[in-house]
Amino acid sequence: MPAFSGPLQALVDELGRLPGVGPKSAQRIAFYLLKVPGPDALRLADAITAVKERMTLCTRCFNVAEGELCAICLDDRRDSTVVCVVEDPRDIVAVEKTGEFAGRYHVLQGALNPIEGVGPDQLRVRELLARVDAEGLTEIILCTNPNLEGEATAMYLARLLNPLGLTVTRIASGLPVGGDLEYADELTLGRALEGRRTVEA
Amino acid sequence: MSLFRDRGIVLRGIRLGETDRIVTILTEEHGKVRAVARGVRRPGSRFGARLEPLTHVTFLGWQGRGDLDTLNQAEVVDTFRAVREDLDRMAAALTMLEVADQIAQERHAIPALYRMLAGALGALNERPSPMVAPAFHLKVLALDGSAPVLDGCVSCGREDVELVAFDLTEGGALCRGCRRGRPITPAALDIMRRTLQGGLAGVLSEPPSAVADEVATLATEAMEVHLDRRLRSARSGMLP
Ligand SMILES: [Zn+2]
Ligand SMILES: [Zn+2]
Repeated sequence: MPAFSGPLQALVDELGRLPGVGPKSAQRIAFYLLKVPGPDALRLADAITAVKERMTLCTRCFNVAEGELCAICLDDRRDSTVVCVVEDPRDIVAVEKTGEFAGRYHVLQGALNPIEGVGPDQLRVRELLARVDAEGLTEIILCTNPNLEGEATAMYLARLLNPLGLTVTRIASGLPVGGDLEYADELTLGRALEGRRTVEA
Repeated sequence: MSLFRDRGIVLRGIRLGETDRIVTILTEEHGKVRAVARGVRRPGSRFGARLEPLTHVTFLGWQGRGDLDTLNQAEVVDTFRAVREDLDRMAAALTMLEVADQIAQERHAIPALYRMLAGALGALNERPSPMVAPAFHLKVLALDGSAPVLDGCVSCGREDVELVAFDLTEGGALCRGCRRGRPITPAALDIMRRTLQGGLAGVLSEPPSAVADEVATLATEAMEVHLDRRLRSARSGMLP
């Protein structure tokens, strides 16, 4: 038995489908939208409509795009021979914020998760391999998450890519800036020790 | 409602909300435990890193009224780092985690299963061996009361005949007259016998070979028949 009438219940139901939104939050947001002035609520509706109508995936790198190619692929100042492989378009935003990378990307749209049935065929792996020759790639940086799925994905890709004769690198895992050493987990600290560098002073 | 302490292997984790995770742990004394770990997906969470799948931990949990327990603390026993950094070993480990998850039941302790998984992951961490996962499958079949018959024909019962086939639906090896299922070589039969009859250490030092592959295929299929379910991790294509 629905708690609210007609459109309000429909809104609560739809909001409740969103990731991380429970029934209580769905009700709170629905009542908020009911209360705000019309134009404010409609801007949200318009934004959703615009995203669904105009945004697609880049046909080259599978980043979000407003056309056939994404903004990064369209930018010809970027190095077209180096590709950074990420799991999700949001990871591109994170890497871009560092200002340390000027090449292009490839979004796998996930990571290997064999136990949950996610294998290479469910990811954009074939498309990555096709780019190696087509775009004359010289280096691929594997920038998948530092968890079990991300590590499995990176090792899998390294095994496929290494025989092709280009440089394949993996981002180092290290300690978070501002953290205390004594609070670091064992795996991260172990790897950080292994990846130590000489200090120039 | 009570606090409990146990040790176990983290089998899997699924995201919950923004920063939490539900982890499944094969424990020694509480069977399979499903528990919420709060705040573990924040970057730099040491608690979270320790609750990644394929970690051996000791932990403090809280068993409430509901289905899910809550995890309060975890300390690492082993991260199996060499397994994590080698694709073949990781594939073998994931298959064992999947099998353990299927065999174990919530809050029903099978200490032997926990010990076998911890031992198998430890062996895999020590050195790469193609036989660890197949041996684990066979040992788990035996633990679950479904050890394949390998010393005589499972169908006609004769022991003085050559065994040429293997079919777990039948329950083991078969002679020429009764054969069905897959063909099996004498070498593979020998490895399977040694695995189940006290010769595991020797089996684990077998190098990669066609026989090792044969045993791996037979053991995987036997486990799938036993579970009545495909092993996703063995068929995901993660080994190019
Ligand atoms: Zn693009
Ligand atoms: Zn027979």
